[in-house]
Amino acid sequence: MKLNLKEDVITLAIESSCDETSVSVLKNGRQVLSNIINSQIEQHKKFGGVVPEVASRKHIENINEVISQALKEANVTFDDITHVGVTYGPGLVGALLVGLSAGKAIAFAKEIPLNGVNHIEGHIYANFIDHKNLKPPFICLIVSGGHTHLVYMKDYGEYEMIGRTRDDAAGEAFDKVARALGLGYPGGPQIDKLAKEGNPDAINFPKAYLEEGSYDFSFSGLKSAVLNYINTQKMKGLEIPVADVAASFQKSVVEILTEKAVKCAVQKGVDRVVLAGGVAANSGLRTHLKLECDKNNIDLKYPSLTLCTDNAAMIGCVAYYDYIKGLSSNLDLNAIPNLKIGDRN
Amino acid sequence: MKILALDTSSVTATVSVLDDDKIIGDYNLNHKKTHSKRLMPMIEELLSSCDLTPKEIDVFAVSLGPGSFTGLRIGIATVTSMAQALDKKVVGVPTLEALAFNLFNSQGLVCPIIDAQKDSVYTAAYKWVDGKMIEVIEKQVFTIYELIEKLKKQEEKVFFIGDALHKFYDVLKDELGEQFRVPPRRFLIPSAAAVGEVAKIKIENNIDLDIAPIYMKKSAAEVQYEEKMKCKE
Repeated sequence: MKLNLKEDVITLAIESSCDETSVSVLKNGRQVLSNIINSQIEQHKKFGGVVPEVASRKHIENINEVISQALKEANVTFDDITHVGVTYGPGLVGALLVGLSAGKAIAFAKEIPLNGVNHIEGHIYANFIDHKNLKPPFICLIVSGGHTHLVYMKDYGEYEMIGRTRDDAAGEAFDKVARALGLGYPGGPQIDKLAKEGNPDAINFPKAYLEEGSYDFSFSGLKSAVLNYINTQKMKGLEIPVADVAASFQKSVVEILTEKAVKCAVQKGVDRVVLAGGVAANSGLRTHLKLECDKNNIDLKYPSLTLCTDNAAMIGCVAYYDYIKGLSSNLDLNAIPNLKIGDRN
Repeated sequence: MKILALDTSSVTATVSVLDDDKIIGDYNLNHKKTHSKRLMPMIEELLSSCDLTPKEIDVFAVSLGPGSFTGLRIGIATVTSMAQALDKKVVGVPTLEALAFNLFNSQGLVCPIIDAQKDSVYTAAYKWVDGKMIEVIEKQVFTIYELIEKLKKQEEKVFFIGDALHKFYDVLKDELGEQFRVPPRRFLIPSAAAVGEVAKIKIENNIDLDIAPIYMKKSAAEVQYEEKMKCKE
């Protein structure tokens, strides 16, 4: 594909991989003209987590209205759109298919290119929107409710997977511990808030380093230790020091994430670490990681709070960089629930 | 007026283009349910075979359900988004009505049965009177045995169509005996051409249905939650 990049590239991006229906319009990849996020958190609260069928039903109810809002706020029409970017994985398949079907339909109807986007890559690219001069290479720590990855990003669209969780994602552990403490869903922000009032050294929860030299993570042991602690206290008829549990649990998660990310950057000789994903909003993680990066002369970047959680602007940014490389997806693009980082369909 | 119609409510993927007085093109696949992969290329191929571009379509018609939840959402998101991008109208057609339209002006009753998991079906029964479709049994989710009891009371021959026929063929035949009828195979599966024709009738009669999936069933999580709440009361 031959590209005429003299003119502005306007990206229409759609994200529906989990419980947010989001549509964004971007100019030249990094300038966000609109980023509408319709969150379903309220609908899923009573279930204590995201229910796939409920999520899919909300997406189909909202998708076209969110598209309209995004265009309106960006002050553009469909005729101004250069190409469509859409998340096709990883995520909940039924949820993904709503946004993907809409994205393919718009690209086909307007006879413009389609760029399928990996949601996790989107989280990394959120940083390019907030930090206009940021460029690869860097080490990226991606932590969210569904993912915990340590990745070396060599160039746009080029990744080396260095470590990943072997069981629960970090955000998942936050949600499960929050539920056990009766804090409700989503648990991350609640624990972060309470942790500030508690003593992080009150309870000694384990940290899983795994075998020597491994950059993988494991959070299920830590999660079980917290749940056991809560049960034991209950059985003994003792009060649960909720703030101390939150602070001690968060400390374990934050320290292991930080240590591995910093060690990886030092070993690779990379002087920049980028934080991404929903858990990048955690103030404890931001503070501790910043402190350790400073000690090692490593530059740390993380996205603003709205771009940490799921949103379509970050998807549009990936789509833009693929588009200017001349990449595009076919109309038979399917949702891939377990899509691997760096794959292109 | 050119209509692009589709139905992805079951394993069948079907796309059709209709003009004022003819069906220009029809594309049906009744092999493996991969609407997510196949639907857009089917639309692309059909339009291109008919020498049409998307913007030449005036109305987009879609089968609203009941049927596969995911299938319905793929079809509806596709149609509403094409129409939105091109600023065109969308007309929704209930799947049971579109299926019954396959047997236009037939005698006796027409009973579409759509798989609703386990021994349940989404169903209704229609009677054709002077070219008009009259609903004799209102659309609902029945177990196949509940449906059989209802139909026995009608004392008329019943033509069965829909994707659940294969699954319940034996029990329907045994229980309904002389009443049980099956039309030729080509009438058994959803047809986008029928969706388009019913859409045309809806337009002529100014019937505007909400463009949203007709699920007829709550999500399993919702049902479980309600049961839990009942127990607590």
